[in-house]
Amino acid sequence: MARKFIRLSILLSVFWLGFSNAALAAGDEEDKTGFILPHVMDNYEWHFATIGHTHITLPLPVIIYSPDQGLEFFISSDFQNHETHKFGKAYGKNGYYIEEDYTLHAEDPSRTFYDFSITKNVAMMFIVIAVILFLMLSAAKHYKSKPGTAPKGIASFVEPIIVFVRDEIALPNIGHKKYLKFTPYLLTLFFFIWIGNLMGLFPEAANFTGNIALTFTLAIFTFIITNINGNKDYWKHVFATPGVPVPLLLIIVPVEIIGLFTKPFALMVRLFVAITAGHIVILSFIALIFVFESFAVGLASTVMVVFINFIELLVATIQAYVFTLFSAMYIGMAVAEHDHH
Amino acid sequence: MGLITPGLGLIFWSALGFLIVLFILTKYAWKPILAALDEREKSIEDALKSAEIARNEMANLKAENEKIIHEAKIERDSMLLAASETAKQMIENAKALAQKEGNIMLENAKAAIETEKQAALEDIKVQVGVLSLAVAEKLLKRNFSSDAAQQQLVEELVKDIKLN
Repeated sequence: MARKFIRLSILLSVFWLGFSNAALAAGDEEDKTGFILPHVMDNYEWHFATIGHTHITLPLPVIIYSPDQGLEFFISSDFQNHETHKFGKAYGKNGYYIEEDYTLHAEDPSRTFYDFSITKNVAMMFIVIAVILFLMLSAAKHYKSKPGTAPKGIASFVEPIIVFVRDEIALPNIGHKKYLKFTPYLLTLFFFIWIGNLMGLFPEAANFTGNIALTFTLAIFTFIITNINGNKDYWKHVFATPGVPVPLLLIIVPVEIIGLFTKPFALMVRLFVAITAGHIVILSFIALIFVFESFAVGLASTVMVVFINFIELLVATIQAYVFTLFSAMYIGMAVAEHDHH
Repeated sequence: MGLITPGLGLIFWSALGFLIVLFILTKYAWKPILAALDEREKSIEDALKSAEIARNEMANLKAENEKIIHEAKIERDSMLLAASETAKQMIENAKALAQKEGNIMLENAKAAIETEKQAALEDIKVQVGVLSLAVAEKLLKRNFSSDAAQQQLVEELVKDIKLN
């Protein structure tokens, strides 16, 4: 095991050093680590590699809606220099341009527009969705075609996870009366985050679940589901906490109301930070190779990268579990029936 | 779209994507899978329950069988006991009867022997009388010269007497 690990590391470091010439060709110090943030952030094109001066990229659709110009479709390569693949104000089109920091602007700053582009992360999400649908629908086929038999193939892979989410996350946190109503949501949440996390670990994949927009969206779903299912007791706890004297309510009620929002906020930040930090750490170790330009550092870095990758596999699962678990807990709090007041 | 500022486009697409996944999976994956799991769990539970019932029944049956066997054994023992009792009784009775019969027969035999003996004695008495008379007759007929001749004669006579 250890020997394989070291062999793999050496192989990888040779591979990375093979590319380092290309990176060094770029020049100054900043560029050697400059690839880290663009990787963890969103982008309008999917950039795979740069070999010499050839950029291997997948141009993605840019979709913009503005009240005055309506819905407009472009392709990301419309906004960049075809030679250097650089975005910039000089390569604008139809009144829009993409800055070098990958942000879309209107040439006229007073105009309002809405950006619905299929960015790298959106494209990644489509791939993740395709994988999830393929996995689950093929698993479901087994249960339809051979009901009552032991699971086989994909079904035997997903069934323990489904049973785990149902029996260990939904049931204890929501209670046996209502847990089945929320199990589909929790299952979708778990697999969406988990598969997204895992696929984000592939080389050249996008940091999809580590994007704050995605974690924001998922947290908002949990927030909405929690609050529209909140029963009388739940709201009573928020606005007239039982057993608390009236003067104290002046403090407690605002705290409770803030609490409604801090819960999904914590969900959002936790997933975003855990996944993004993992990617940054891995990329930083790779960047060390370019900074030091040494085989020894390359070897050590690659060993670390492989090691962190294993940790990231763990984190991917833990974060999916934690997000689902906390969602279940928040929903459970909202639908819990108290009989002690 | 900075690192910590959520972009509208991604929020829109991820919400849409997630809702589509949620809808499709709920309808075509989670519901059938959960239902199938539920059904399977139920059938397993039922099977276990019925196995438990069958086992209990088996145990009951076994207990009952044992009870029956036990009762049969007791009955057999009591029957054997009664039979041996009866047999003993019968032997006892037979013995007593035989004894009685034997006694009667013995009595009869004794009585018969007695009569026979009496008759024989009578006969002997008569014979002795006859013989005595014959001896006396012969004696008288002879010449009693000497005691030896007399002795010899008596011996001869006695020899001639055939008792019975």
